[in-house]
Amino acid sequence: MFMIPVVLKNLFSRCATRPYPQSPRQLFVGSRGQLVNDVEKCILCGTCARTCPSQCLTVRRKEGLWEYEPFACVFCGVCVEACPTGSLAQLSQWRPAVRERERVVLKVEVKSQESGVKSEK
Amino acid sequence: MTITADRIESGELCRAVAALKEQGCRFVTITCVRADSAGAEMLYHFDRELSLSHLRLTVSGDEVPSICGIYAAAFLVENEIQDHFGLCFSGLIPDYRRTLYLQGEDSPPPFRGPSGPAGGQ
Amino acid sequence: MAGTVIPFGPQHPVLPEPLHLNLKIEDEIVISATPAFGYVHRGLEKLADIRDFRQMIQVVERVCGICSMIHALTYCQGLEALMGVEPPPRARFLRVIWSELHRLHSHLLWLGLFADAMGFESLFMQLWKVRERIMDINEATAGNRVILSVNVIGGVRRDLDTGQTGWILSELAEVDKGIKAMGRTILHDYTVQKRTRGKGVLSGKQAMEFGCVGPMLRSCGVAQDMRLLGYAAYCELDFAPVVEQDGDCYARCRVRFAELGQSIDLIRQAIGKLPTGDISVPVKGRPEGEIVARAEQPRGECLYYIKANGGKFLDRLRIRTPTFANIPALTVMLPGIELADVPVVLLSIDPCISCTER
Ligand code: SF4
Ligand code: SF4
Repeated sequence: MFMIPVVLKNLFSRCATRPYPQSPRQLFVGSRGQLVNDVEKCILCGTCARTCPSQCLTVRRKEGLWEYEPFACVFCGVCVEACPTGSLAQLSQWRPAVRERERVVLKVEVKSQESGVKSEK
Repeated sequence: MTITADRIESGELCRAVAALKEQGCRFVTITCVRADSAGAEMLYHFDRELSLSHLRLTVSGDEVPSICGIYAAAFLVENEIQDHFGLCFSGLIPDYRRTLYLQGEDSPPPFRGPSGPAGGQ
Repeated sequence: MAGTVIPFGPQHPVLPEPLHLNLKIEDEIVISATPAFGYVHRGLEKLADIRDFRQMIQVVERVCGICSMIHALTYCQGLEALMGVEPPPRARFLRVIWSELHRLHSHLLWLGLFADAMGFESLFMQLWKVRERIMDINEATAGNRVILSVNVIGGVRRDLDTGQTGWILSELAEVDKGIKAMGRTILHDYTVQKRTRGKGVLSGKQAMEFGCVGPMLRSCGVAQDMRLLGYAAYCELDFAPVVEQDGDCYARCRVRFAELGQSIDLIRQAIGKLPTGDISVPVKGRPEGEIVARAEQPRGECLYYIKANGGKFLDRLRIRTPTFANIPALTVMLPGIELADVPVVLLSIDPCISCTER
């Protein structure tokens, strides 16, 4: 009974939802979106891989590879805070839905003077 | 830091729990912890007016007396411990026979064995 | 038809999560109910063996999809006590703000689902529309909508500036308006009363005996609320547990509805008193010893037992979630009611199966 005014109001007002894939919502500033690595800044220290709770990052120093499994990532942002050079960042944009499983492999060239970082076990 | 808990023997368990019930305690839960020598340690937590009291029971064999005759609510947690630690509660009603989480009596209890990464499955 | 057994669940229209009940029925009346689980058991306690104690913060947040922040809060508070760390005052107030935002969105979610269980679709949609504002606050302040991931050992990870606190207050005013507009329907509507009054009655004595927690206890006259322990900044805020006497579904609904207002009030108080300063302190070393930490979640008391040996991995992490404590009471609430009322009574305990099984 008490709902009728609300129901009528809703009936004659605009849709409260939006057709998602066609018109995505703008994320808030500071939302934890897609994770990106700036290969210029990365020194392959492996801190991100050690702190990641879902273990979706792999750093291969020998091959110079930084690997990321976006579908295992929980977007907690722990790696972003742990990265000593600030090369990791989270965009304010979500990773779009895809049909196939992806794996991000980045080739990182570590400049020689920076390669002295020890990786602890 | 350790929890101050009254140590009891399995023979006195039911009497001690019944005494706590007399005092109007709310049964909170049972925690089972691996002890060093293959055995297990049980912590019974009770709450009374926001303060906790604990009973500590060291289990050497596989058999533990069930307290669900006193606090019927204990059946769920005792079944959980049966699943996790492979212990056996005598007088447990209803007894799920390790099907609460696991496949049945022949599935290995996951929390048995040494702790740490080596003991993980 | 003496003693027909009807399996209820694990897939059932009212159940968002898989819980199975074996209902023994005689002439549409339930005689006995036996719960069964195991459909979403993930073994998160065991994961403490292979994830270090800092990584476990993100793991325990995933114990429950609704009260994630309070799980991490309880865990961090336990470890802080073990390691002798005192979080700064600002962090303690921020923790209260996020906890109460969680309580708000969880109770709104529950009220919506409860309306849905009664077949009251428009109320369900309307409540979830109100809830969306809270989710927006969560996302704008913490970065994620549900799993906020704001707690660390020694404080919080995100801060609020004055612009944000002002915006939260104005959003909360809208939420308050939305809730008040629904209040008459939830509390006084004929259909709602008809479906909930006198159903699934639990007396205070029974509730204590069956170890119920949270709104279940408070709806039958027991004023127990873990926030009274004064963790985080609750010791500096002014509130009293919401208590109802009847112990039926309607009383539980009233308790949760009143707690919405209480949460809004607590957030306002916390924002008003928000001290300045750091939001976290650096924490060195590893935990050692054992401790029990408790906190009040939307569904009731949650208990963490942490045993650490000074190493990277915890010896034992035991999580007793509120629904785990509330489910045994179903075995006394369900007998004696009609089969058609089972969904309503079942939902009235606010079951969260994934946190029950962990
Ligand atoms: S922590 Fe930063 S610098 Fe180090 S490997 Fe990861 S992304 Fe590269
Ligand atoms: S956001 Fe979290 S889960 Fe994802 S890669 Fe970083 S640390 Fe790992």
